[in-house]
Amino acid sequence: MVSKPHGGTLIRRVSPRDKRETLIEETNEMVSIDVPFDIATDIENIAYGVFSPLEGFVVQEDYTSILYNMRLSNDIPWTFPITLDVSPEEIKGVKEGDTIAIKHNGTFIATLQVEEIYRWDKKRFARHVYRTEDPNHPGVYKTYRKKELLVGGKILLINELPNPFYKYTLRPAETRILFREKGWKTIVGFQTRNAPHIGHEYVQKSALTFIDGLFINPLVGWKKKNDYRDDVIIAAYETLIKYYYPRNAVVFSITRTPMRYAGPREAIHHAIMRKNYGCTHFIVGRDHAGVGNYYGPYEAQEIFSEFPDLGITPLFVKEFFYCRRCGGVANEKVCPHSEEYRVKISGTKIRQMILSGQTPPETMMRPEVARVILSYDNPFIEEV
Amino acid sequence: MEKRGKYTTVSIPVTLYNRIKRVIEGTGFTSVSSFVTYVLREVVASYEEERSAEPFTEEEREKIIEKLRKLGYL
Repeated sequence: MVSKPHGGTLIRRVSPRDKRETLIEETNEMVSIDVPFDIATDIENIAYGVFSPLEGFVVQEDYTSILYNMRLSNDIPWTFPITLDVSPEEIKGVKEGDTIAIKHNGTFIATLQVEEIYRWDKKRFARHVYRTEDPNHPGVYKTYRKKELLVGGKILLINELPNPFYKYTLRPAETRILFREKGWKTIVGFQTRNAPHIGHEYVQKSALTFIDGLFINPLVGWKKKNDYRDDVIIAAYETLIKYYYPRNAVVFSITRTPMRYAGPREAIHHAIMRKNYGCTHFIVGRDHAGVGNYYGPYEAQEIFSEFPDLGITPLFVKEFFYCRRCGGVANEKVCPHSEEYRVKISGTKIRQMILSGQTPPETMMRPEVARVILSYDNPFIEEV
Repeated sequence: MEKRGKYTTVSIPVTLYNRIKRVIEGTGFTSVSSFVTYVLREVVASYEEERSAEPFTEEEREKIIEKLRKLGYL
């Protein structure tokens, strides 16, 4: 059975079409703030229930509870505070109880009922959420560049953001119905920020051997330098699915949200998002949502033991490799052979090969997928 | 990680308390309270899940199915 929404209710904070014009007119009288793309996608994700049970940006009670207890103030598991940062100048004259207009690149997208304006300690945020205060961590770096106040309150989405990937963007209400229509009782979610290599494929297919349906759900949005570009990830997966997956067992759809590189906490956040899409299971691999050496290789799996009430079952998987002796892809649980026979399927090595125009070997990446990636001038993010 | 929260007291039979104390020996649970909190969260969440309702009407469902067909998902 499709999973119940996190917190019990699938949130929908989208203005009805017939009220949009009136709301847009009213915003002329409101204080407006322009938000970056990351925040704008947070608003869409709140509005369409990806972040259920959140109905807006967190107020201080929830913020503090998330930081210290990894739960909302009503005890529901929640590990990453979804916040709106502003400068005092931007909200000059705004009081709690007011409604403000939110724009992105000058275009009006939503309203926010201001419940609370509060100060925050960026270092404390970094220490709890990222488990480091090191500004070299990409998430910490972004945190330190944020503004000094946070605004909490419910949002209402009026206009969606332009979306070049519309065809690939399904909302939780849509995936939940889709999974049911397909007759799936169990659905496993796969989070990714990479183009797929053989290791990813075997992780997904291993899960699919005992689960009805696979939901491949890459994150599209801000990522660090040298990660794959969004359009490359989508094209690579389209190719992989076309040639190597049973069509009736897979749904591919994106989530527009930034990678936060918060390791263990982000693994829980990722699982909650997939629960809201209707997944019953969620794959957690080695160093999920990690970066550099900030987290232990299996810390993102261990954290799940703190959440007996998460409502989605994590599937912990070991790394896959190619074993020359087995003559196929395996992992340490099923392969008895020593290191000398094993070829590591390294994302970093694949990246280096692609950058130098080489096709990665078939033991690492499907040739059709490699060809698609190599057809791009530069498949990787250059600047952030 | 430093935890911060409000706590209250719930009474359980001393016999049960002692039984739990024995059960958690050598496990990751540091106290009877942390074990009871863990178990209760699991139980309460499953009760809550049973009660949550479907978020869409039949009309909305049909519209979504039409969209999914157009996009090639169905």
